[in-house]
Amino acid sequence: MITLKVNGESHELDVSPEMPLLWALRDRLHLTGTKFGCGKAMCGACTVHIDGQAARSCSIMVGEAAGKTITTIEAVSGKVAEAVTQAWQRLDVVQCGYCQSGQIMSAIVLLTGNKAPTDEDIDASMEGNICRCGTYVRIRHAIHEAAKSLA
Amino acid sequence: MSTSNLANPAAPTPFDASRRDFLKSAAVAAGAFILGTYVAFPEIASAQGEAPQGPYDPNLFLRIGADNIVTVLSKHFEMGQGVTTGLSTMVAEELGADWSTMRFEFAPADARIYNNLLFGPLMGTGGSSSMAEAWEQMRKVGAAARMMFIAAAAQKWNVPGGEIVVEKSVVIHSRSGRKANLGELAADAMHMPVPKDVTLKPAKDWNLIGTKLPRLDTPGKTTGKAVFALDITRPGMLTAVLKRPDRFGGKVASFDATEAKKIDGVVEVVQVPAGVAVLAKDTWSAIRGREALKVTWDNSSAEKRSTAEMLEQYRQLMKQPGISAGGRGDAAAGLTRAAKTVEAEYAFPYLAHAPMEPMNGVIELHSDGAEIWSGSQLQTLDQIVAAKFLGMKPEQIKINTLLGGGSFGRRASTAADWTAEMAQVVKAINGRAPVHVVWTREDDIRGGYYRPMVMHRVKAGIDGGGEISGWQQTVVSKSIFKGTGLEAMAMKGGVDNSMVEGIADTPYAIGNLAVDIRYVETPITVLWFRSVGNTHTAYVMETMLDELAHLAGKDPVALRLSLLTKQPRHAEVVRLAAEKSGWGQAVGEGRGRGFAFHHSFNTSVAMVADVSTEAAKLRVGRIVAAVDCGVAIDPDVVTAQIEGAIGFALSIALRNQLTFKDGLVEQSNFDDYEPTRMREMPKVEVHIVKSTERPTGIGEPGVPPLAPAIANAIAASTGKRLRSLPLDLSALA
Repeated sequence: MITLKVNGESHELDVSPEMPLLWALRDRLHLTGTKFGCGKAMCGACTVHIDGQAARSCSIMVGEAAGKTITTIEAVSGKVAEAVTQAWQRLDVVQCGYCQSGQIMSAIVLLTGNKAPTDEDIDASMEGNICRCGTYVRIRHAIHEAAKSLA
Repeated sequence: MSTSNLANPAAPTPFDASRRDFLKSAAVAAGAFILGTYVAFPEIASAQGEAPQGPYDPNLFLRIGADNIVTVLSKHFEMGQGVTTGLSTMVAEELGADWSTMRFEFAPADARIYNNLLFGPLMGTGGSSSMAEAWEQMRKVGAAARMMFIAAAAQKWNVPGGEIVVEKSVVIHSRSGRKANLGELAADAMHMPVPKDVTLKPAKDWNLIGTKLPRLDTPGKTTGKAVFALDITRPGMLTAVLKRPDRFGGKVASFDATEAKKIDGVVEVVQVPAGVAVLAKDTWSAIRGREALKVTWDNSSAEKRSTAEMLEQYRQLMKQPGISAGGRGDAAAGLTRAAKTVEAEYAFPYLAHAPMEPMNGVIELHSDGAEIWSGSQLQTLDQIVAAKFLGMKPEQIKINTLLGGGSFGRRASTAADWTAEMAQVVKAINGRAPVHVVWTREDDIRGGYYRPMVMHRVKAGIDGGGEISGWQQTVVSKSIFKGTGLEAMAMKGGVDNSMVEGIADTPYAIGNLAVDIRYVETPITVLWFRSVGNTHTAYVMETMLDELAHLAGKDPVALRLSLLTKQPRHAEVVRLAAEKSGWGQAVGEGRGRGFAFHHSFNTSVAMVADVSTEAAKLRVGRIVAAVDCGVAIDPDVVTAQIEGAIGFALSIALRNQLTFKDGLVEQSNFDDYEPTRMREMPKVEVHIVKSTERPTGIGEPGVPPLAPAIANAIAASTGKRLRSLPLDLSALA
């Protein structure tokens, strides 16, 4: 049994410690807002927060995540999360939307640590999140808008 | 029940003759694979003239609850293109609904009611056709519903219907001061006869069409609540991953599942026509089970060549007689009197669509049929193919369409290959459990149904006056239609027009033009890909035009305008992009500005690319786009589609390619088939031509002009003509 602390609740899971966190979240806890895109930490669709840091859940084993504080898109909260989500909604950033949970989770971490990110900061922080629909213009805009609303 | 509704096909109202007549004629066609009598997808794009007719009974398309919420049953699949917002805008405009009350759900798979009016008896989304095909129909749905609400209110209040209006979801009779919201009257309104004559609002009275409205799919997609097929779980469901032949045309010779079955969670391993399926209690176990599975392949009829050999075959085919695929005038004579000629070869690689949500779907067998949950883009085709493998009738296949995590054409597979796999696997286990077939990214990149590899050869010339005197072009490719169920429909006279669209029918006034084609045969599976043949034809046409402009000492924009004098709408798009980009101004050393224009899916898009080639590195700094897509139903969605098309097309220009070594695809994931990333995204400006013409396509037409605009900018900066994609950036050094 492995104990995962997800979204403020403890879950006892009977899984191999080697199971990627992504599949534990999706297939066992049915937290499907976190997406599978590549399985190799190359696209960021599976981004969650582990102890407040952006993490690619497809490449972190359940055993490594045990005992840590895991937050997914379903429960992410606070002023920064609200500002980011609202900016995303106001600007209608999404197209297919599949990557956007991961984009939003990465943007929240960026803005939590950097109140006024430059374009270069955004490039660096969002580099790991692929959007195949190519919504990058609006993701960048939304991050700047969220920063303004938090200022 | 709180939901009295306007969507109850089981209880038709007595006056809806339009629907009954339609159902009668469509019922004959439904289920039969008789698409041969209908226009081909590529031709749909150019289908002009009369507005397509379809049922508009609001009971079939709307559900209006006592809570005032108006739910539109979307006949179209949402893969990010904003179609659910567009269809709902049309309804809300005519109904008089407040936008905040609008919601959408996907319509059930039933081509008798929800067919694409341009596809014939087929329910499906594609060819950038949705807004165009539904433009009258969905507005009529809204208008008919409004009239039914007015009739219900007139009866209830005993006042003349002509004095009643519907505004922002409130039905109002000003003289008596009576009002009620749509929800209060919905139960009565649904029983009103569906009006036979419906008058649509003139453009000057539009309140919603032409404005930016909040997308209806945004809330779910920003909170993790949006449901994609990959998110579906059914009781007792098993997840299946398949080991497919590693070479196209390969078959299973034998397999050994001993080690696979030892993996925790693996339940069963079965052979199916598509390969060998490992079924497990969760996705990870299925993936691990597949890693442990041993399969021996029979590669006797498989593709075993490498890319270089394939290209050599293309070059050999170039030398053989071809099939004429259109043209005008006398190209050979025109070239004979040319003062200067250019001759060039262009190559384009195989491409994978790589939507972010890998292919997947859930299937469950019931006593009377099967039920599918998937991002189904061509529901009727998926029904036909699943039914074939399950020995059922297409109408026994219930499809629950879900949001698609991208598609770019992949989910509209002409073979419905991924749906076929679902049927094969659930059949192989006799329907004992619901099955979720899941593709990994590696399966997606190596799984075929690619944009085919294409080679072009062009010889073009200008006469002494700098006019284009002749243009000969040959295109070599595997056809995306030949050998598929759509061959009869799509290949008139043996010509796959998708190979030459945008060239053979170019709007440019090139008087002497000859286009011919050669078909390549290979087991590698191919498919349309966002903007189809225009992905390569626009590149060749627009870069060659640029070369000819320089050869003739003409400005590239002026040359295009001189070829579009009889196409005022096209010319306006060219002028708008040129003007907004500052065309003609100096851009400085190590920089270049390039122009491209292309007309596809009835929409014109021009792009001006600003690039830097300093230090032999390419940086695309800015793209200025102009677009004429008729009425921009939601201009912000139009802008988003052009922005997105630029992001999508950029990595195709810069690096994406699938190559083969001894028949094996060399790429496998986003490291070696890498989509555009944030830091590469240029600044984008989109300018939309104001128009009241019928809406035309917008999902695809933004893709074709991007790569040639960049290539022309590189030529402007460095003088180097990069004639193939992906761009050979080593040439900048």
